[in-house]
Amino acid sequence: MTELLVGTKKGLFVLRGEPGEAFDAVHRAFPGDVVEYAVRDARSGRYFASVTSGFYGPRIFFADDPAGEWRQAEGPAFPDDIPDATVARIWVVEPAEEPRALYAGAAPATLWRSEDDGETWELNRALWAAPTRPEWNPGAGGLMVHTICPWPGDPDRLAVGISAAGVWLTDDRGETWRTGYAGLDPKYVPEEARANTHALCIHKMERAPLRPERLFMQFHGGVYRSDDGGASWADIEAGLPSGFGFPIVVDPADPDSAYVIPLVADVDRVPPDGRLRVFETRDAGTTWAARGDGLPQDNAYLVVLRQAFDDDGGSPLGLYFGATSGDVFGSADGGATWFTAASRLAPVTSVRVSR
Amino acid sequence: MVVVTLRAPLRDLADGHREVHVEGGTVGEALRALELSHPPIAGWILDEHGRVRRHVNVFVNGARAGDGEAVAAGDVLHVLPSISGGTR
Repeated sequence: MTELLVGTKKGLFVLRGEPGEAFDAVHRAFPGDVVEYAVRDARSGRYFASVTSGFYGPRIFFADDPAGEWRQAEGPAFPDDIPDATVARIWVVEPAEEPRALYAGAAPATLWRSEDDGETWELNRALWAAPTRPEWNPGAGGLMVHTICPWPGDPDRLAVGISAAGVWLTDDRGETWRTGYAGLDPKYVPEEARANTHALCIHKMERAPLRPERLFMQFHGGVYRSDDGGASWADIEAGLPSGFGFPIVVDPADPDSAYVIPLVADVDRVPPDGRLRVFETRDAGTTWAARGDGLPQDNAYLVVLRQAFDDDGGSPLGLYFGATSGDVFGSADGGATWFTAASRLAPVTSVRVSR
Repeated sequence: MVVVTLRAPLRDLADGHREVHVEGGTVGEALRALELSHPPIAGWILDEHGRVRRHVNVFVNGARAGDGEAVAAGDVLHVLPSISGGTR
């Protein structure tokens, strides 16, 4: 039995089923609200949901059973000495390396930490105080921390992705930060201005857990790989139909394998030729191969958002993604073949496989 | 005391009460008193700095009111979702 937590524009759907067959929607929580992200922390078994009410603001809820009672966390909320900022959206909740610790990423671009299984949250003040912050600009989704990549086994090291202010790295558990800008090429900025810009629109990053100095990135027009912990990046877009897309997934058992779902371009955010295809590399981005068997291959004009693609950590690797069309697709064989797990849900914002 | 009327989901956060009686000389004070008497509602009507959220409307005796509007005993304060809010 596989459990999927599917965040949508109209609540959280808990799907359960056997890979290869349609899943059952066993529960819907937070009806009427946007569920930006939902995840199960495998260490505690606790479920987290980031929920944004269109009236009453954003907050994190947690539960031991996603079909049971959800409790509100205390925060994230800006402290009194930062009176001009309010939390607008919470994009991600990520378990940290220490017991009971988690991180959350939010808009405006902030990192938050909990040390009590997500019940209370505290602002990372060093990243908030980044001297270049006044020069940061939002992307279409806002100005936010949407990706948090802990370093397996080393709680001091962390990489975060900010749209649109680049990669930020810490080696001291968030006390100080440095940028990971080298090699990123923002083609949407005039060439003469690229060297000094902070306008680096990271769409998604993922670390290879067996080789943690390696990360893969889907950029706003480009796909990159870093082999130095995120300090510098190499272009690995060649062989893809487009460098534009949102999510990226790394095979946790193979640091050379990653998956992207290309869209035409920033000005036309749909699959090329209306064919929904996942592209896979098994050689760290040297070559890419299309994997579309079982996915819609005509008139598929849907978008897979940055948090809406995940793997199950298994072998063979299970892959799952949801789309703005309300469809959820899965693969039980590392992307070789695909099946429809659910249809006609609300536009999907996130998909996470419960572990 | 001021009477604050609530609809779902705010009512659910106030132990199911449709009306809550609170002290306060202004709209903001009354809503902060509501948060103190029913902590689960904290952060829903007012943001973390105590300002009424952008897509929440507050009415005093039927007239739209801001945080600083004076209120007196017996006034009825309606908290309603704004038509500018919601999710597409």
